[in-house]
Amino acid sequence: MTIQESQNEIIEEFALFDEWMDKYEHIIELGKDLPIINEQHKVEENLIKGCQSRVWLHGELTGNKIIFSADSDAIITKGIIALVIRVFSNQTGKDIAQSNLFFIDQVGLQEHLSPTRSNGLLAMVKQIKMYSIAFQAKA
Amino acid sequence: MTTKTEILDIQKIRSDFPILSREVNGKPLVYLDNGATSQKPQSVISAVNKYYANENSNIHRGIHTLSQEATTAYEEARTTVQEFLNAAHSHEVIFTSGTTGSLNLLASSIGKKHINKGDEIIISTMEHHSNIVPWQMLCEEKGAILKVVPINDKGEFLMDEFENLLSDKTKLVSVTHVSNTLGTINPVKEIITRAHQNGAFVIIDGAQAVPHTKVDVQDLDCDFYVFSAHKILGPTGVGILYGKESLLNDLPPYQGGGDMIKTVTFEKTTYNCLPHKFEAGTPNIAGGIGLTAAIDYMNKIGIDKIEAHEHALLSYATKEIKQLEGVRIIGEAEKKASVLSFLVDGTHPSDIGMIIDKLGIAIRTGHHCTEPLMNRFQIPGTARASFAFYNTFEEVDIFINALKRAIKMLL
Repeated sequence: MTIQESQNEIIEEFALFDEWMDKYEHIIELGKDLPIINEQHKVEENLIKGCQSRVWLHGELTGNKIIFSADSDAIITKGIIALVIRVFSNQTGKDIAQSNLFFIDQVGLQEHLSPTRSNGLLAMVKQIKMYSIAFQAKA
Repeated sequence: MTTKTEILDIQKIRSDFPILSREVNGKPLVYLDNGATSQKPQSVISAVNKYYANENSNIHRGIHTLSQEATTAYEEARTTVQEFLNAAHSHEVIFTSGTTGSLNLLASSIGKKHINKGDEIIISTMEHHSNIVPWQMLCEEKGAILKVVPINDKGEFLMDEFENLLSDKTKLVSVTHVSNTLGTINPVKEIITRAHQNGAFVIIDGAQAVPHTKVDVQDLDCDFYVFSAHKILGPTGVGILYGKESLLNDLPPYQGGGDMIKTVTFEKTTYNCLPHKFEAGTPNIAGGIGLTAAIDYMNKIGIDKIEAHEHALLSYATKEIKQLEGVRIIGEAEKKASVLSFLVDGTHPSDIGMIIDKLGIAIRTGHHCTEPLMNRFQIPGTARASFAFYNTFEEVDIFINALKRAIKMLL
């Protein structure tokens, strides 16, 4: 599935929810379901500090694809991270670098990417792009 | 016995605050982030509007009528604050940009005049970053030493430890009157007395105290007292620095510029008298005028009644929240202002804050600009509800019910 396709899939998935609480419940479930980072990668150099919550992000190259794993100490942040990982993981550095992240806006979660929310998500998305550029050189 | 007695006519008070009738995320706003900033009554909004619509001009130097009217209105704010704090003179009231601005002014001016290598400055564990960082910067610059008074697990200032830290090297003690994170009301009068016996200056950070309690700077005998207008119904961008006349006269100015000078030549500038010596540049005139309206409003309600109602809200909220499983209150001092910081086992404070925001409730989550205090409790942050006199017992119920719902979703 391309980056574009998985974003569209998420948008469809969220179209089922009318209420904010239902959206959050879904995100919380995603957050709970995913043990998305290996403990060995939950280290200081992978830590993206937000004012509110902490986010860890690790990326590694497998073939020409980048595999991302991440975690957060806040469950809503973790749920949104799970979505971001679903979109970007297992894609090539080139595709990630050229991609546009649009699903967050479309499902109404844009406030989580605002600098005022400072939950580390915005920094995480930037970091994903950094990885993609760095790994493009290696791949 | 229930604590839910109405001390104030809350519905009438609420109708004075336009924002309190708005909705957030489709629900009536329940504003419990008063520790961060207070809402503004119509009288404050109108005073600021009226200034810009009718009186706007620059103050102090103008010969024309508008400037004189604006100067009178602005200087009236100084007198209002003088009476509010029971300062001996209006020129002991310096306008700044906020509590942070006041503390940085003091760090700069006291630092220049009084702090030398090896001198010690004492603060407490529960200080806001704005009462930590300016002193750290000063200590770094001067080779002075920052000493920190520890607290107990209830979040209370440890007087004995403070006594132990006082020495002939202590030049300055700067502590908060009320903790923004814990709500602890510190024994500032005792702290001031002990520091003075030791020959140290005392600064009290009153940002969280003035909204809740009557402050009398002469009775306290503090050397400096600082607070922000926006936490007592006033506009943002205005702060107060109260200082004893003799001490302020003795300190060098902070910023240079217009208004703070007597005469300027390229060879030598002489400085203006108090309070202007510390007020370089065009100040926040509208903000000062708004502050007058804010203090007038607080006085009209009565600070004693405000304190009593907020205390009743805090007691009620504390009692209710304690019935929820897994809730841990951070800050259980004997004497507390209306701040309720808490954690829920197995959840992150930001998750709680985000969920109840969608239910129209505004609380604060995070470290509340008190990272060292969070480290003391070994927690990443807290969720904090802070009450004002316009909050109701029904709002406490809405908050508790929303919290129950959030916990159910998260666990």
